This record gives sequence, C-alpha cells and structure tokens, in this order.
Amino acid sequence: MHCMRVESSALPSSQLSFGRASGETLVLALAGDWRLRPGFASGAAVERELERPPLSRRVAFNAQELGEWDSSLLAFITEVVELCHARDVAVDFSELPSGLKRMVELAEAVPEEKSAHSASIRAPLAARVGAATIAYVQSTGEFVSFLGAVTIALGRFVTGRARYRRVDLMVTIQDCGANAFGIVTLISFLVGTILAFMGAVQLEQFGAAIYVADLVGIGMARDMGAMMTAIIMAGRTGAAFAAQLGTMKVTQEIDALTTMGISPMEFLVAPRVLALILMMPLLCFYSDLMGVLGGAAVGSGVLGLSFTTYFRETFHAVTLGDVLGGVFKSSVYGVIIAIAGCLRGFQCGNNSSAVGDAATSAVVTGIVFIVVACGAFALVFNILGI
Amino acid sequence: MDESAAATGTTSPTERPACIAVRGLTMAYGSFVVMRDLNFTVGRGDIFIIMGGSGCGKSTLLRHMIGLIEPAAGEVCYGAFNFTKAGPQARERMLRRFGVLYQAGALWGSMTLAENVGLPLEEFTDLSPNEIRQIAALKLALVGLKGFEDFYPSQISGGMQKRAGLARAMALDPEILFCDEPSSGLDPISSRLLDNLILDLRDNLGATVVVVSHELASILAIGDNSVFLDGESRTMIASGDPKELLAHSTDPRVHRFLTRGADGRRTA
Ligand SMILES: Nc1ncnc2c1ncn2[C@@H]1O[C@H](COP(=O)(O)OP(=O)(O)O)[C@@H](O)[C@H]1O
Ligand SMILES: [Mg+2]
Repeated sequence: MHCMRVESSALPSSQLSFGRASGETLVLALAGDWRLRPGFASGAAVERELERPPLSRRVAFNAQELGEWDSSLLAFITEVVELCHARDVAVDFSELPSGLKRMVELAEAVPEEKSAHSASIRAPLAARVGAATIAYVQSTGEFVSFLGAVTIALGRFVTGRARYRRVDLMVTIQDCGANAFGIVTLISFLVGTILAFMGAVQLEQFGAAIYVADLVGIGMARDMGAMMTAIIMAGRTGAAFAAQLGTMKVTQEIDALTTMGISPMEFLVAPRVLALILMMPLLCFYSDLMGVLGGAAVGSGVLGLSFTTYFRETFHAVTLGDVLGGVFKSSVYGVIIAIAGCLRGFQCGNNSSAVGDAATSAVVTGIVFIVVACGAFALVFNILGI
Repeated sequence: MDESAAATGTTSPTERPACIAVRGLTMAYGSFVVMRDLNFTVGRGDIFIIMGGSGCGKSTLLRHMIGLIEPAAGEVCYGAFNFTKAGPQARERMLRRFGVLYQAGALWGSMTLAENVGLPLEEFTDLSPNEIRQIAALKLALVGLKGFEDFYPSQISGGMQKRAGLARAMALDPEILFCDEPSSGLDPISSRLLDNLILDLRDNLGATVVVVSHELASILAIGDNSVFLDGESRTMIASGDPKELLAHSTDPRVHRFLTRGADGRRTA
C-alpha cells in the first residue's frame, strides 16, 4: 500500500517531461514503465503546457526512454490527441514505437455514425415536464387503441375465428388462476385482520364490537377484495405477461408470427386477456371469503365474539349486490392488468434490459389505471345508488 | 436503376423475370436514416444476396421487404403486386407465400421443434395432426435435426436453433425464402450443408431466395445476384453477380469487402 502511494505520486514527473524544439514544437518525453495504476498520468499537465506561451503549433513525442507500456499510455496519448485537435495543434506520431502507433490509429479511426444514437442532452425542467406530460397523454392514447385492438381480437375469439392454441389458454388460466391461490389467501386473510383491528379500536369504545363483522364484510366485498387481488395480480401476472411478450419481441418470435400471417393479438394477447377476465372474479370472490375469515379470527380471538355471531352478522350486513359489484370490478381490473402487461411487452425495446423495464412499467401502468378505475367506480356506483 | 448501374459498371442484367422490385426505398428509424435510394430487382429463382458491413442495415432492409417496417419513402413490389401500398388482408395472403429465417432463429420457446414447424401447417392447411407431424419431422430431417422433434428450443444449441428456424421457414414450401445470416454461428461444415440446402430448395422447388450474408465463401458459392450496402454513404454502392463484382468491381470498398480487406490498411 505504502509502496504503491510513493510510486503513484512520483508517476507524472518520472514518466513525462516536456521539452521545446524548433518550429514551435512541444516534445513530450515518455520514460519508464507505464502501468495501469491509480493516478496514472493524465492530460492535465499537457493541457497546462499547451496553454503556456510560447504557444505550440505541433506536438511530438520522444520515446527513447520508454520502458514497458499498456493501455494507460494509450489512454494518455489519445487524450493528448483530443486536446491537440481542440486547439488545432498538429500531432506527430513518428517517434512512437510502431505497435503503439497502430493502437493509437485504431483508437482514432473514424467512429461509427452516431446521428441515431446521439447522446441525450439534458433539457431544462420545463421542457422535461412538458415532454413527460405529452408522453403520458400518448400512453393513455396507446392504451385505448390497444384496448380497441384487443376487443376486436376477443370478438374473433368468441366467434371462434381466432387463431390460438388451446393449450396456451389453459396454461395461462392455470398460471393466473390456480397458481395464484396461495398468495391471494395470505394477503386477503391479513387484509381482513387489519380491517378488523382498525375497526375494533374505535367500535369497542362504543360497545359495538359486533359491527366489526359489518365493516370487514362490506369492505372486502365492495372494494378491498377486488382491489387486493388486482394489485397482487398486477405484480404477479401483469409483470409476467410483459416479460414474456417482451422476450418474444427481443427474440423476434413476434415478428415470426406476424410474417406467418398469424395475428399476435389473437395468438398471444387474447388468451391472456380472457384468462384474466375468467379468473379474476373467482380470485376476488375467494379473496372476499378469506378476508371475512381473517376478520372472524380477530373477532373471536381478540373481541371475544363467537364465530356464529360473527358470520350471522356478516351475512346480515353484506348484500348480494355488494358481492357482485366487487366481482364485476375485479373483472374490469383483470382486463386492465392484462392489457397493461401485453401493451408494455409489445412496446419493449430490443435488448434484455428493456424486458425488465417493460415488466416494471407494466406493473406501474396497471396499478395506476386500477386506482383510477376504482375511483371512477366509486363515483358511478354512488350516483347509481348501488 | 441507371445510377446504381453507373456506380458499379459491372451490373449484369438478370435474364429471369423480376420477382421482387425495390424502388427508391429509404429506410429510417424515426429521424435516423439507415439507407436511402435503394433500387434493385430480384429475378424469379435467383439466390439474391444482401451484403455489407455489420450494422449497415441489412436486416433492416429485409424487415422492410417483408413488411415488418414501413418505408420512409419508396416501395417494394412482388411481381405486379405493390406490397407497400397493399391493405392488410392482401398483405397477409402474400405473407403466406414467404418463409422467413430470422437472425436469431426466433423459435417459439413454449413449443417443441415439431410444434414450431407444425404451427404454420396447422394454421394454413387441412392436414391431420399425424400428417403434420410427419411433414414437420421431414423438414427437420432436411436440416439435419432428425430425432430432435420433441426438444424445446432452449435444449438445443444456437446453430441448431438456426437450422430449426430454417425448417420452419420451409414448412409451407414458400415461393420466396428470406434468410437473415443463415450461416452465422454455424461451423464450416454445417454452413456448407446449409448452402447446399438453399441451392436444393431453389433448384427443386423453384423458390426465390433472399439471403443476408457476410460469409464470403457462401456469398460466392450460392449468389446469383446481389446488392452491396455501404454504411458510410448510406446507400447501395454496387449490385450484380458477386463473382463478377469480385472480378471486375473498381470500387475499393466493394473490393475490400470481397477480398476480406486484403488490400486494407494493415498492409498499406
Ligand atoms: N429498432 C431499432 N431502432 C433504432 N435503430 C435501429 C433499430 N434496429 C437497428 N437499428 C440501427 O439500424 C442500423 C442497421 O441495423 P441492422 O439492420 O440490424 O444492421 P445489420 O446490417 O448488421 O443487419 C444500426 O445502426 C442499428 O443501430
Ligand atoms: Mg443483421
């Protein structure tokens, strides 16, 4: 460690010295071994030297004392070349060892055309806010037009004219139905207990602990059941859809379908949307039941209510309308999740990191639209008096 | 047309009737122009090579020809059929006469090789499942994958995936076969076999084949006609029989490419 520091602090002076030659030439004398270590010589010293009068018109090298070298020297020389280009100073490589000269030439060769890949320039705040707003409006538009395309594909599906593989539909149904039971059970039960605890604290003060059953039952049936399943499925299935389709995009599998005359909408998207439309209501209803069970656990364990009393109160409070309303909402959420997932998958760029972005973006889009839809439902149900 | 002929001086007129015509094609991703003013025709029954350095836009040109990307300007015609201007249904009918081998194989990961090859047969023919399986096995055997029918794409090597992709592209005996770098990632012997297979397809089924390639040996072995794309000037700088181009082209860029840069800067 100690030895290293001494060496690195000694680097620039021992490796590099300056001289002047006739014809306004700055001579860089390279000496000793150039090794890739922290603190290897940078162009800063050369820049200072170039700026000191008398101004040089030409830079040359003297490599007679040069020992071993590696990329550190190469990096240094390319930096010098750039400094010189910026100041219209000519560079003379003729004194460099031939291997080094070739490497410098390689590094200096005409770069790839960059116009398409121009570095993004950081725009001012207002411009970025504007661009983000426009992008948001566009993304809503994309969502709606994708919804239209999906509707057409579903129409063909229902009338039996769509091309898809039944086994794909079955696998998807299994994946977003049966395989999701575990997590839905856990989360819904816990949400039921949380609702019950929150209600219990207040209601017990009035000796109305029994109304915890009403609170949990109605809460789960009308909103929380559908909401919790939707959020679970957005994270689980929506992300999976985006990743699956995104990967298929990257590997050109979607192109292969298109050029074969098979619509990816019918073949890939319609079965996924259908699977979620069918499975979400079941999961939601199941989630309602689990939530009520969670509430009952708190009711009997903490509030000392009997199961019979609790369930009788629940059945008394919750109407069929509440349950059906919630189940209907969950189906709509299912469509949103599937479309967000598939849309983001289709929009995926053509590299592997884009697949990750697509999955993330599918979850975010899904949850945002679910919450928006939830608000819209609250408003409409309120107006309709449901 | 005149322009490109003038650029090369070696264009040999195709005797066979034109099957594909690309006219004034400009390709762009957003505002980034990849290539402009491409003009060439592909004769029926020809093996047509699209060549050029890596990243110059060969795959992009192929994607334009099969309608995956809309041109910024110009058009692609198949015989008298204007593919660029056609509606979606007419296009779809046309697409069924194509077979496409993608650069990475693009096999459907959730299906076995036999199912991959069988899907187009399932969708577009009335064959029974047994017959489909039989034909799929035959196509796989043609590309040297006998016995791999029930493997999934993830269970075979990249070169094998590529060959399976070719089997799928040939499933419906296409009139026009498009191949994006068919021999990349293959060993010299398999790549030679693939060349022979492409020749056989053309000779026996009368298919027209468009191949993106930078494999010199195969370009010279199978190409009847070609177009050379140049990434720097962003347009085509030569067209014609690759063997003629090698012998007579005066353009240093074409010559350097076809001689593997033997007159490049290393010896200069
Ligand atoms: N989806 C895309 N979006 C933007 N630019 C792209 C896209 N695909 C390819 N390009 C660019 O277009 C050029 C040509 O690419 P490509 O046709 O794949 O080259 P190749 O000749 O190697 O097949 C490259 O510069 C590449 O960066
Ligand atoms: Mg390519």
